[in-house]
Amino acid sequence: MSTFFRETFIVFRRQLRMNLRNPAWVIIGALQPVLYLLLFGPLLKPLVNQFGATNAYTFFVPGMLVQLGIFGAFFAGFSLIGEWREGVIEAERVTPASRTALLVGRLYRDLLQLLVQALILILLGYALGMSASLPGLVLGTLLTLLIGGACAAASNALALTTKSEDVMAPVINMVMMPVLLLSGILLPMTIGPVWLEKASDYMPIRHVVDGVRSSFAGDLYSSGVMWGTVWSVLLFGIAVWWGTSTFRKENA
Amino acid sequence: MIHARGLVQTFHTRQGRQKAEVRAVDGVDLDVAEGEVVGFLGPNGAGKTTTLRMLTTLLTPTAGQATVAGYDVVSESEQVRRSIGYVSQAGGAFSGARAGDEVMDHGMLYGLSRKVVEDRGKRLFEQMDLDGLWGRMPKNMSGGQKRRLDVVMGLINEPTLVFLDEPTTGLDPQARANLWEHIRDLRDRRGATVFLTTHYLDEADALADRILIIDQGRIVAADTSDNLKAQVAGDLVDLEVADRGKVPEAAGKLASITGDGRDVTVADKHVRGRVPRAGRALQGLLRDLDRAGIDLDSIEVHRPTLDDVFLSMTGRSLRDAEATAKGAVEGVAQDGGSQQADPDVTSEPSEVPQGVLR
Repeated sequence: MSTFFRETFIVFRRQLRMNLRNPAWVIIGALQPVLYLLLFGPLLKPLVNQFGATNAYTFFVPGMLVQLGIFGAFFAGFSLIGEWREGVIEAERVTPASRTALLVGRLYRDLLQLLVQALILILLGYALGMSASLPGLVLGTLLTLLIGGACAAASNALALTTKSEDVMAPVINMVMMPVLLLSGILLPMTIGPVWLEKASDYMPIRHVVDGVRSSFAGDLYSSGVMWGTVWSVLLFGIAVWWGTSTFRKENA
Repeated sequence: MIHARGLVQTFHTRQGRQKAEVRAVDGVDLDVAEGEVVGFLGPNGAGKTTTLRMLTTLLTPTAGQATVAGYDVVSESEQVRRSIGYVSQAGGAFSGARAGDEVMDHGMLYGLSRKVVEDRGKRLFEQMDLDGLWGRMPKNMSGGQKRRLDVVMGLINEPTLVFLDEPTTGLDPQARANLWEHIRDLRDRRGATVFLTTHYLDEADALADRILIIDQGRIVAADTSDNLKAQVAGDLVDLEVADRGKVPEAAGKLASITGDGRDVTVADKHVRGRVPRAGRALQGLLRDLDRAGIDLDSIEVHRPTLDDVFLSMTGRSLRDAEATAKGAVEGVAQDGGSQQADPDVTSEPSEVPQGVLR
């Protein structure tokens, strides 16, 4: 186990080093949550009573959090394609390091980025008047990290399967559109017509969004939190398994 | 060091609705002894890299088995990985990361301590003429430097067996010659066994103790360069006759020294044939031609090349190699032989190599 942790740490440190060398990555990563909150938050304020919430930011920040988590993570695989092209993945795979560690080390970086963004978002949310319980915040952030990790792992798996940015970009767009529209990230699905709400029941991410939202609102023992947790853990498990298996058998 | 029996790798490709199975490697048997430098030669797409990827545990064989450094590539892949070094075609150091960092991380993934990796890495940088480049990014290095950096990464775990996949592809001639020196050192100074793939004939000739030729997924020959060449009978003699009308007569004269009536081919003013020990036989031929009043514009003698070997084994010429050997051609009757890639291309004046007698 300690070997595994050591290997993930080596991979993580390498990824972080390369990312920190890229100032755009740092600045855009930090600015994203700020822009969402400052430019989209005010739009929700007059609407918030219509969908039964009392505090616009308590409602909006969780959705934003999940969106950051999944959409940022979906793009994690792009850097992997560049590395693959330069033979880095092959060089790593010819060492005795665990294949899971090669993936998980990269996930650490994505999760760290997400955590920092989440903290910025939450602090800013507080500054703008969000009210949420501390245990709810912690649980909500944890769920976000799980779903973000799932998306990053899936993105890495997709990257190693397609090995082409040209294939990957449209695939991600194709996945992101329904996810964005059907998970109630920006507006709750409950205000839509019944058929749309029914359709969104089949979108796992919707349950995660609901879970994080309930958790921020303080309903820690609600069914929403339970289903959100179940889906996050499940998706995370599946994605890590998929990602590891592509690292194991990657063909060129 | 390497023993493989019946290695097979099949890929599935899809064209429209049709699924096709491609046997990239189709039953490869090979043995490499400790301390050998083996050249794995074949045209692009012959299955070199796929075979290499199976031997380095990157790809699980569809069928067959192999032991590398004493371990089975499938059931003991981790031990295989610890024992070998692998320098892939693509390299292994990220262009936008510092060379030293990449070497450190790579070494530490073998479980080595930071101190050990740093000592080894810096020593390897010196040995590979990379002094002072520890902090540089590969994107700011020359092709040769980058390639040597890849070799450093492949050696960081002090492997007893080193795999090099097309090590000099894309390098300029000087960088190439320099890398050859370093590859020779792997065995001579480190005692490592070296297995290198190449589609350059001169590279296999210059570096390898023994050559394996692969074509269409099968090993078609395995022997020393000299033995392989000896299987091709005789040196290629190419006469360019000054007077077109005398070509048939010249062909007759050449046929008299090709031994057991081997074919003489005529193309335009050129008469060609394979002559055993041409260095000795030519003297008589020249006197003979002189007496018959046949003047020559040029005469060339090509020692058999690995391309001729390839041609005689497979019936096809190894045309992939044509880009290599221009400029590396040696003249008549010099020992070591002509290394021209394509023996057919001597009729056009621009292609006539140095050393042609005019």
